[in-house]
Amino acid sequence: MLQKSRWMALLASAPLCALATFSLAQDEAGKPVPPPFAAGPEDGQWTMPAKNVASTRYSDLGEITTDNAKNLKVAFTFSLGYNKGQEAAPLVIDNMMYIVSSYPNVLYALDLTKPGAPLKWKYEPKPAAASQGVACCDVVNRGAAYANGKLFFNTLDDFTIAIDAKTGKEAWRTKMGDINKGETMTMAPLVMKDKVFVGDSGGEMGVRGWAAVLDQNTGNIVWRAYSTGPDSEALIGADFKPFYDSDKGKDLGVSSWPADAWRQGGGTVWGWASYDPDLNLVYYGTANPGPWNADMRPGDNKWTSGIFARDADSGQARWFYQFSPHDIFDHDGVNENILVDIQWKGQSRKVLLHPDRNGYLYMIDRSNGEVLSANAFDYINSSTGVDLKTGRLQYVKEKETKPNEVVRDICPAPPGAKDWQPTSFSPKTGLLYIPHNHLCMDMEEVEVGYIEGTPYVGANVHMKPGPGGHRGAVSAFDFMAGKEVWSVKENFPAWSGALATGGNVVFYGTMEGWFKALDAKTGALLWQFKTGSGIISQPTTYKGPDGKQYLAVLSGVGGWAGAIVSGQLDKRDGTSALGFVNAMKDLPDVTTPGGELYVFSLP
Amino acid sequence: MSSAFPRLAVIALLVCGTAAAEARELRVCADPNNRPFSAEDGSGMENKIAELIGEELGAKVRYTWFAQRRGFLRNTLNAGNCDLVPGIPAKMEMLRTTRAYYRSSYMFVRKESTPKIESLDDPALKRMKIGVQLIGKDATNTPPVHALAHRGITQNVRGFMVYGDYESVDPVSPVVEAVASGGIDVAIVWGPQAGYFAAKQKVKLAIDPVPPSGLDGDPPMRFGIAMGVRKSDSDFAAEIDRALAARRADIDAILAAYHVPRFDEPGAQK
Repeated sequence: MLQKSRWMALLASAPLCALATFSLAQDEAGKPVPPPFAAGPEDGQWTMPAKNVASTRYSDLGEITTDNAKNLKVAFTFSLGYNKGQEAAPLVIDNMMYIVSSYPNVLYALDLTKPGAPLKWKYEPKPAAASQGVACCDVVNRGAAYANGKLFFNTLDDFTIAIDAKTGKEAWRTKMGDINKGETMTMAPLVMKDKVFVGDSGGEMGVRGWAAVLDQNTGNIVWRAYSTGPDSEALIGADFKPFYDSDKGKDLGVSSWPADAWRQGGGTVWGWASYDPDLNLVYYGTANPGPWNADMRPGDNKWTSGIFARDADSGQARWFYQFSPHDIFDHDGVNENILVDIQWKGQSRKVLLHPDRNGYLYMIDRSNGEVLSANAFDYINSSTGVDLKTGRLQYVKEKETKPNEVVRDICPAPPGAKDWQPTSFSPKTGLLYIPHNHLCMDMEEVEVGYIEGTPYVGANVHMKPGPGGHRGAVSAFDFMAGKEVWSVKENFPAWSGALATGGNVVFYGTMEGWFKALDAKTGALLWQFKTGSGIISQPTTYKGPDGKQYLAVLSGVGGWAGAIVSGQLDKRDGTSALGFVNAMKDLPDVTTPGGELYVFSLP
Repeated sequence: MSSAFPRLAVIALLVCGTAAAEARELRVCADPNNRPFSAEDGSGMENKIAELIGEELGAKVRYTWFAQRRGFLRNTLNAGNCDLVPGIPAKMEMLRTTRAYYRSSYMFVRKESTPKIESLDDPALKRMKIGVQLIGKDATNTPPVHALAHRGITQNVRGFMVYGDYESVDPVSPVVEAVASGGIDVAIVWGPQAGYFAAKQKVKLAIDPVPPSGLDGDPPMRFGIAMGVRKSDSDFAAEIDRALAARRADIDAILAAYHVPRFDEPGAQK
């Protein structure tokens, strides 16, 4: 109890001191701005999940404001026909809306020029049914991306597909992986120039992670870079200039592992990628090492749980930074990288902002990989911080997990202080809006399990709410000052993306199904609407053919956090969904599976 | 015309009666590609044992095939698509288990020409190329993986995913085949898989149990294997227990034919 009240006091005081910093940041000249390539005049469209290659998830549309958001009403809805977790972003291009459903990954095209936005066409890729059994954490899909007349998306059974956006006809499909070897694909592609960037999922199945780039016109693979193994296969060559010494050396993707362990070392690429056309660099994170237990893989386990910057055309690595060397907590490094330009200690710096699973918001010089700051955005006790000289995360020994030993109250839990749910950056406020988790875990008793006829043992992961008893929050973060400005607590993990707009409104959804509008400056709740199912998707906004501003979001609970509902897991088995069910036992009491698009506008 | 009615009714009754007698089905949840345990062509040992149970119950065996991976129980037994999982560790928590019908051990698999390994603390292990079965990550793996890591034996260990390449015949077999081919010196493999695949190799392989170790914190190496039913099906579990007891000798013969190394506790199955 003592501890709890101390935490609560801490949380209560945070918004106040941070508010003061916020006004300071506003007054300063040289506040953070989006890079020139993401700062153009607002076109009212939403062509890729993160809005632009800088991944700001900000639209300058300003019809909906802090004053009138309370008047928002449903404009139209559309049922996706499938009830597994919906994580995709509704895209809007040329008065058409495009949505990819969870498995079986149907792509829908809605005509926004007609009343009720009727279905114009749909494309069914018909992924192999067996792919469902391979996916680790619900059969989600994070959506499509548009460029040069085509839509690009991935299927659970490892195809990257290009569709003509006008006709719905398939332009090409390229097989990128093999479900029989445990590979699946769930990420949304990133489009850059005439290329499409994709990556794989399945680190727990013995997969060796990779990122690949395809030609938008032909579907031919231009390059593929592995996250483990020799430099030749990780596309590490003469151009590779990492900032920190621990990333320098030959074939670290081999030597930082026991012999051969890199061959199935994980480091999959299932999250977000960003692109800087001026530097011609693509940025993406690699997932946790696998499938070995931590004691079996002494070493840094390069290049897992970190971030690569690569030449977009050749794939050659420019730099790498490892968020969690020798990760022991399942802390993938795949979260979003938001590109902004700042003034830092009197100098112009091109940076990327990365809120990691391990709980730190990293600000990294995107030209050379130097970490400028790493500040906690949630409660952390498994590490004490990041040494900016060496770049190393400072682990806390007592919180390290070991088989056959009980370790309690490890924070953050495996899904991290933040999982895939993407952050938004508003150039108006200069703040990041970070939807995140607030979860801790116990590693408990050995228990027998059985898979493919083989008995196994291990500690059980029991996740639970973090200090204060809530499981999620949406936090406005002043990354220049390294401080939280305000934070809105959520009972469940805030597993949806955030969206900031020119009207100074921030939108996100909750796992109970509320779609919420907050004042970007204060965090005050302006409006909320209860959708049919929990929201774990990416809200977007656009200007309709009638000139009005609309908001679009998918409702349909699931994903790793919501698998207890979408997968109808047994709540008595707290260890299912890799231990997440224990923390989510009450979710089925407040929401049911769904799959529905909601679009809102002012009357 | 009127006399035809009663006769028809009688026939109908007979047909229905026969149908009812045939209607008992033993709905088994199994992996279609997981020998020696189960296979879609019925060639697994659990297929044969399920047939015996079917006979005892007067029921026809019908399968729900599903890869035995994460979500297997959720999508099969606990979704109500089938009622019996023929092989599951005794006392596993997600379901109700019968009494164990055999108990096996993790085994060292070596060429006959390779000297015998006495235990996990055998100094020879530090020098040999060791193959292990991998499950997932961090705290979730086969007992030999934990035990070797516990001893700091990591540099000479090679992992084989239990999932294997699901498109291949016998996805689990490569770990044993690697011993035969000389890719590794010794494999540490779960008993039924060790026995079955070792016997299939052209090279003569020997299998020896991994003795339970005295080292603190070592995981168990031996597991009793039972049949699983839904938690709520206690009567059905008792029925299966009776059938297992009644066909004890036949089951033992099947296990022997599949070269399952047995480490039953004395009196446990009586």
